[in-house]
Amino acid sequence: MEPLVRHKGKVACLNRVNVDTDQVIPKQFLKRIERSGYGPFLFYDWRYLENGEVNSEFELNQPEVQGASILLAGDNFGCGSSREHAVWALRDYGFRVIIAPSFADIFYNNCFKNGVLPVTLKGDSWSRLEPYFKGNERWMTVDLERQEVEICDGMVLSFEIDPHRKQMLIEGLDDIGLTLRYQRFIEEYEQEQRAPYQKVYG
Amino acid sequence: MAKTLFEKIWDQHEVTRSDDGQSLLYIDLHLVHEVTSPQAFEGLRLAGRSVRRPDQTFATMDHNIPTDNPFVVSDSIAKRQIDALAENCRDFGVPLADRSSAQQGIVHVIGPELGLTLPGKTIVCGDSHTATHGAVGALAFGIGTSEVEHVLATQCLWQSKPRTMQVELNGRLAPGVAAKDVILALIAEYGIRFGTGYAIEYTGSLLPNLSMAERMTICNMSIEAGARAGLMAPDEVTIGYLKGRPYAPKGEDWEQCVASWRELTTDVDAVYDETVVLNVSSLSPQVTWGTNPGMGGGVDGVVPHPEDFADEMQRRAVEQALQYMGLTPGTRLTDIPVQHVFIGSCTNARIEDLRLAAAVVKNRKVASGVRAMVVPGSKGVKRQAELEGLDEVFREAGFEWREPGCSMCLGMNPDLVPAGERCASTSNRNFEGRQGRGARTHLLSPAMAAAAAVAGHFVDVRQWDLEQTGGVADGTVGSA
Repeated sequence: MEPLVRHKGKVACLNRVNVDTDQVIPKQFLKRIERSGYGPFLFYDWRYLENGEVNSEFELNQPEVQGASILLAGDNFGCGSSREHAVWALRDYGFRVIIAPSFADIFYNNCFKNGVLPVTLKGDSWSRLEPYFKGNERWMTVDLERQEVEICDGMVLSFEIDPHRKQMLIEGLDDIGLTLRYQRFIEEYEQEQRAPYQKVYG
Repeated sequence: MAKTLFEKIWDQHEVTRSDDGQSLLYIDLHLVHEVTSPQAFEGLRLAGRSVRRPDQTFATMDHNIPTDNPFVVSDSIAKRQIDALAENCRDFGVPLADRSSAQQGIVHVIGPELGLTLPGKTIVCGDSHTATHGAVGALAFGIGTSEVEHVLATQCLWQSKPRTMQVELNGRLAPGVAAKDVILALIAEYGIRFGTGYAIEYTGSLLPNLSMAERMTICNMSIEAGARAGLMAPDEVTIGYLKGRPYAPKGEDWEQCVASWRELTTDVDAVYDETVVLNVSSLSPQVTWGTNPGMGGGVDGVVPHPEDFADEMQRRAVEQALQYMGLTPGTRLTDIPVQHVFIGSCTNARIEDLRLAAAVVKNRKVASGVRAMVVPGSKGVKRQAELEGLDEVFREAGFEWREPGCSMCLGMNPDLVPAGERCASTSNRNFEGRQGRGARTHLLSPAMAAAAAVAGHFVDVRQWDLEQTGGVADGTVGSA
């Protein structure tokens, strides 16, 4: 996994609440068995008209946000289905950081498995981002090490993040390899701790 | 120390804890389906890893299986995915209920039905409706594909402990009001993210009177409130339901399990981080009018006006939803016509659901211009329904009687709703495009969906039955 320590990027805004993963990546694209190549299908029903043409009104289709790698989104971003394809699509499209006042749980987890940093900014910090929503500002830097978002005019907004996940992202670590170091504990658990209903019947 | 049900299960499964407070949680049962697993198996292959506990893993095919003829998959990409699951299960030794298996069905229907789902277990699946299994008193939650791979390889997951929330459901359901109405009303009242970051435990005087199917309907939609897990303490109903199921413990093991399950309740002095309360006695049957499960209300109501909402973002969301749904504020819900009716999904495709719907359509006909289908939740449900003659009731009324699968709930198979048309659906999500691009989904209970099929528009099944037969309204239906 590609590590993420400090990222400077262009910002795109999606000013809508409760964007669900069915919108991020519609179901017809979940049939693929690959992990890559979902970028072209990101926000498909919003991005393209029914006849397949580009929807020129959709936020991400505006010329000035092409090449964006930081997404500012609304409350409860990524709600609904657990489909990790949603993160794969965002990542494949080019997003490394998503900033929102809140995220849905499963989506939030899935981000960390794919080198995407979800940043939660609320209240005052969130309202500092207004110049981006107005289109007056386009660039920012996210520093995961320092847990800071550097916005326009040198202003710095700090954010909270779970230390374990932060480290995984900074080092680009493979979760499974890390867990296998605990194999002895897992074996011990299987031998000793199990309640009767944990046995396998059939 | 006094513990909640959730905390008891969590603590029992903690293998170890990292310095930064994450728990390595042991997973007792991992359910797998074709859509969220291929990339996980591929990851194992690339890393030369095996499935740690194939005996605690169980796979089925449900999401993109055609329900007219499951063996004819004309969509070549879907077929590749179905074939990939068969190959992966063969290569890694994972038991699979495939299309020809008598145990095949929607993953959240077959888990409990086969007795794989048991109280006290930790259960995961690459599917957000995994909370369904919490109805028996298990800690069950949905995960992403990377986590699927992690569980396949290690039988464990790193998790930070969610906070606990008690959802107290008090009162009795009026005739014609269903478990589906309870969960829809709860989400309409408290919003689609009040459960985010929490594990919900449902409690209250309603619960002992609910069947397992009704409990599953409620737990199933916990994720629509943002909660990954929704649990209910096991009781005699749970134990009676599980006894004798194919994978349930037998003989002395069974007695031992039952004894330990009786301990699986929240201690009297235990404290939840949060509590919300809903009185269900005065609930009306619910119908959603918007594009998330919280945008709904009683069938006796009207489509709201965006101005009714205080928050500006909410107002905009409602405006967008009404535009997508093609609805005008002030319209009575019972004046909204439907062109499609879907009775199915992991929320409402169990035998009890089909009985309720069949009782409503018996000796009646589907309205002209309405396409209605019943998709049983599993082969087991289908067999039982056919034994009871429910398939005949539905067919005679003009319903299509299909093979088990997720079907029109998310339209990954060919069962789609055309753009601009409305579907009365017993499923769990009314998101934009969920049942097809431009499709307009209204969520409701099986009895309400059945009544809408007959009337051609939404109806209050309470009045309807009182006037015409008294079937649902006298409370005799569905308790069989």
